[in-house]
Amino acid sequence: MSDVADRVKKIVVEHLGVEADKVTDNANFIDDLGADSLDTVELVMAFEEEFNVEIPDDAAETIVTVGDAIKFLEKNAA
Amino acid sequence: MRRVVVTGLGMVTPLACGVEETWARLKEGQSGAAKITDFQVDDLACRIACQIPRGDGSNGTFNADQWMEPKEQRKVDPFIVYAMAAATQALDDAGWKPTTYEDQCASGVLIGSGIGGIGGIYEASQTLIERGPRRVSPFFIPGRLINLAGGYVSIEHGLKGPNNAVVTACSTGSHAIGDAARLIALGDADVMVAGGTESPINRLSIAGFAACRALSTGYNDDPTRASRPYDKDRDGFVMGEGAGVVVLEEYEHAKARGAKIYAEVIGYGLSGDAYHITSPSEDGDGAYRCMAAAIKRAGISASEIDYINAHGTSTPLGDELELKAVERIVGNAAGKLAMSSTKSAIGHLLGAAGAVEAIFSMLAMRDGVIPPTINLDNPSVETAIDLVPHKAKAKEINVALSNSFGFGGTNASLVFRKVT
Repeated sequence: MSDVADRVKKIVVEHLGVEADKVTDNANFIDDLGADSLDTVELVMAFEEEFNVEIPDDAAETIVTVGDAIKFLEKNAA
Repeated sequence: MRRVVVTGLGMVTPLACGVEETWARLKEGQSGAAKITDFQVDDLACRIACQIPRGDGSNGTFNADQWMEPKEQRKVDPFIVYAMAAATQALDDAGWKPTTYEDQCASGVLIGSGIGGIGGIYEASQTLIERGPRRVSPFFIPGRLINLAGGYVSIEHGLKGPNNAVVTACSTGSHAIGDAARLIALGDADVMVAGGTESPINRLSIAGFAACRALSTGYNDDPTRASRPYDKDRDGFVMGEGAGVVVLEEYEHAKARGAKIYAEVIGYGLSGDAYHITSPSEDGDGAYRCMAAAIKRAGISASEIDYINAHGTSTPLGDELELKAVERIVGNAAGKLAMSSTKSAIGHLLGAAGAVEAIFSMLAMRDGVIPPTINLDNPSVETAIDLVPHKAKAKEINVALSNSFGFGGTNASLVFRKVT
């Protein structure tokens, strides 16, 4: 697992209060991990903070699974 | 109008988490006051407060994780967590768990707070200034709104009836119970979860209340002696935190399910001083009219009141004005009246005070024990009323009145009677 993936999964576990083994690449934040729309906003903020990157709203809307977040951050984070 | 009784109690106070734990310590004359160690106080005029004892949940300590998921706690100010703890205790105590749609719609919530999430507003302001608007959490607003205490409680317990919140500073808890009782009396609900909650102990609040010259500043090195209602050396209130919540229920509804009944809410009075934003009216007129309205609504005479849980905050002006108003209202019966201020022990819980003190009034009635006014060494005025200094006192109580007065000149009195 990449360093980015580790960091993303750690944030998801902390913010959503879910077990680490549930945070797979395919896990959907809302359907699988119990997040609501506010949780997803906060998750994106936490990713921005951790990776020192700005995630515009239209990009944030495409991040619906853990894998989406990892992919976006691997591509865009410094 | 339908009769309303109290069938469940819950509280988190500076003495303990839990009704019986708090009550035992209150009767013993313990104080919840201590030096503040959680934040910088060296430049504040007041450096003490009555803080909730935190721990693993044993021995009366408060363990937030027992009442709310850590993931949810992170989103809200502590006043919401305290309300969840007190409401869950009260509903458990009442044995009321609405599961049918009909029962859920007949059960509501009315929990208020004086200032709500002031700590979180302070922190988010700093985030905004230092790191910009994109770092302000989506949970900032819902976690600070006063009615979200009731919102969270309603979601947790499936309460789909009336959902309201009161904001009347230090009268909040009393107004919440009184207003909720009226909703039941008028038939809008059969059960209401009602009370007040507050988490005001932070640097900003202390600075603000100290600027109003409302806080004790002369006992920073001797905190347990600072809250001393009616004493000649009192110099302001000691800020407290916590929540008090009761389950109110229509009498026949409670009887039909065999619920334990603590007391009947027989009177509720409200008044406004229309005088000053922070000072009580000089003749105690607002307090007098509020008690008179509650007594009239109760259909009793003032001489029937056995115990008054005073607002008595330990401020130089307020205590004596309330005492005079009480003397005026009970007249010749002053000699048989007992009145204590439990703020001497737990401090001033602001929006939670009225609810916590209503519960103390009912426990005093249940056990025939009046909790003391601790630290009352030298009363500043003479009175025929027994202010119950230092030690709890045994007395049969059939009728009790609880007073709350708030900034803005907002007053509330509740009258409870034993149900036999």
